Amino acid sequence: MPGVEGFIYPNEIELQWSVLIVIYPFLTGLVAGAFILASLERVFNVAAVRPTYRLALLTALAFLIVAPLPLQMHLGHPERSFEMMITPHTDSAMAMFGFVYLWYLMGVLVLEIWFDYRLYLVQTWKASTGVRRWFYGALTLWSDDVSPEALRLDDRLGRIITIVGIPSAFLLHGYVGFIFGSVKANPWWSTPLMPVVFLFSAIVSGIAIVMLLYMALSWRRGTRIDMVCLDTIARYLFYAFVIDFSLETLDLIHRIYEAGDSFGALDFMVKTRLFVSHIVVQICLGTIAPILMLAAVQLVRFNDVARRRIYAVAGTLTLIGIFAMRWNVVIGGQLFSKSLLGYTTYKMGFATREGLLPAIVIMLLPFAILAVLLKVLPPWSDKEQLSGHEA
Amino acid sequence: MDQNRRAFLKQSTRYVLLTGAATVAWEYIVAGAPEQAPNYRIADHWWGMTIDVDACIGSGNCVRACKEENNVPLEDGYFRTWVERYRVDPADPEHPLVDSPNGGYDGFPQIDNPGGRFKTFFVPKMCNHCADSPCTQVCPVGATFDSPDGVVLVDKERCVGCRYCVQACPYGCRFIDPRTHTADKCTLCYHRITQGLTTACAEVCPTGARKLVDFKDPKDPVHEFLRTHRIHVLKPELATGAKVYYNGLDGAVR
Ligand code: SF4
Ligand code: SF4
Repeated sequence: MPGVEGFIYPNEIELQWSVLIVIYPFLTGLVAGAFILASLERVFNVAAVRPTYRLALLTALAFLIVAPLPLQMHLGHPERSFEMMITPHTDSAMAMFGFVYLWYLMGVLVLEIWFDYRLYLVQTWKASTGVRRWFYGALTLWSDDVSPEALRLDDRLGRIITIVGIPSAFLLHGYVGFIFGSVKANPWWSTPLMPVVFLFSAIVSGIAIVMLLYMALSWRRGTRIDMVCLDTIARYLFYAFVIDFSLETLDLIHRIYEAGDSFGALDFMVKTRLFVSHIVVQICLGTIAPILMLAAVQLVRFNDVARRRIYAVAGTLTLIGIFAMRWNVVIGGQLFSKSLLGYTTYKMGFATREGLLPAIVIMLLPFAILAVLLKVLPPWSDKEQLSGHEA
Repeated sequence: MDQNRRAFLKQSTRYVLLTGAATVAWEYIVAGAPEQAPNYRIADHWWGMTIDVDACIGSGNCVRACKEENNVPLEDGYFRTWVERYRVDPADPEHPLVDSPNGGYDGFPQIDNPGGRFKTFFVPKMCNHCADSPCTQVCPVGATFDSPDGVVLVDKERCVGCRYCVQACPYGCRFIDPRTHTADKCTLCYHRITQGLTTACAEVCPTGARKLVDFKDPKDPVHEFLRTHRIHVLKPELATGAKVYYNGLDGAVR
């Protein structure tokens, strides 16, 4: 059989979870990470990151809107997916998707953004005419109370939601890791560390994307980048990355040291089929390189331009590394037979339903949505550049 | 005692939660054809299978009969049951050579065994109808369910084709039917056994290596068989409660 080495069970010829399932944890990771970055300002009063507060929230929303899409497209019967909501099968991690997702979307993100933008929405509603007036009126739910007490209440509620939101973000991504970690049939996935590793890599990727977006948007708008803010974000990225890397290394060392019955198969895989994506891309390029770059900034005084360049490269490498991590988990976990006696290969289509093309479209979609969100709910006003919630 | 209570609680919760799925499924499978099986009482049975590895000659009759009986796609990659051939070097039992050309559908080509060095034998495989089935556990819509008489079934009308169950089955027993885009696997010929017949694979086996058994039937010879043979299940470390019992299973089998 082409692409197959050793013995795989006869039903294992077809790979079950495709590149779309790689994208799914990648997107939800960005959501959770961006939200946690936003919370830093709101809950922990890290004032330095205020310029990216709203941007982080909108980024989280844009990615969250797209997150169910790859799952949906992957189903054999997308038209029945609603069943997951009405037949809650509490045994199943996947069945909880709808609840976790809806809770996070409606209960946390949308509410928080709404409270945060209410003043802006009311002001825009009152100041505009025609369709625009109607549109913003609808967004305020036709309530125009912007008295100081009302605004104080908004702020209080926003804060409470953020506090609820942090464990929710942990839940969202921890649960995505659980989907894999709880499959005991698969030794590559089956580890209780999986949800934790997923969570920290989520934080890393979310911080990286907000950092890159902030730089890109400032550049496009021709505004000055707040270097204190950028440095602070980069520092958080560094810390989160170090924790993430330690956890993954711990997992690796544990596997090597324990050398269970599956070790031979996994070891073979990492040395052959996953060598490039795991060792080269994920670990060397996507983890060690950005960590060293971010560490260098902590140790050496670079000037502003140099720091910005380093952050841009480190951020991009980080995203590539985290994507590779998702790839290596999802695809890597399917390349070896459950007989532990053979290996197969993943052949990705191009313009097929689960091919490369839909994958690229899904990955670009959140940016399009973000562009619209930035228009409707600008995170900055003309006076203040990309400013925070105290507009 | 504790174990029983836990199992009972788990079971009853599952029934309550799954009533929706189960009702649909029962109407479909059992209630839909009551006149053919007037005396079948679900509560009286607990199905499983025994496979005697020493008796299997790798004829592939069972594979062909299963595909024919259950309208399984004929191509490679879709099997409700298949047969594996093992060649074990006694000096290196951890690294057996295994093949299963087209699941054993066409039988097995001769291979040489220089100086009779290898131990060679056949192992038929199928869904183990696990009592604690990981596939049932993960299904997000309850399309995969345990029948009260111990058979793990898939309701094709409900399955959303998410493939989580395929990932969760440690034995590679499941596949996605390319025609319906839903999960498929051995049903233990449920349509036959509820009418008092045996499974298609057991019926055609020339050596009687496969036997359908009813653990709740005190007269079933399985009880004697289990007592007098060295019985194994596949991957016991995964605690799936597999109900396909192998006699003469070599430690090299995965
Ligand atoms: S053998 Fe696989 S498909 Fe069959 S019940 Fe067990 S886990 Fe499910
Ligand atoms: S593929 Fe179908 S039977 Fe399997 S877990 Fe998904 S919905 Fe359930």
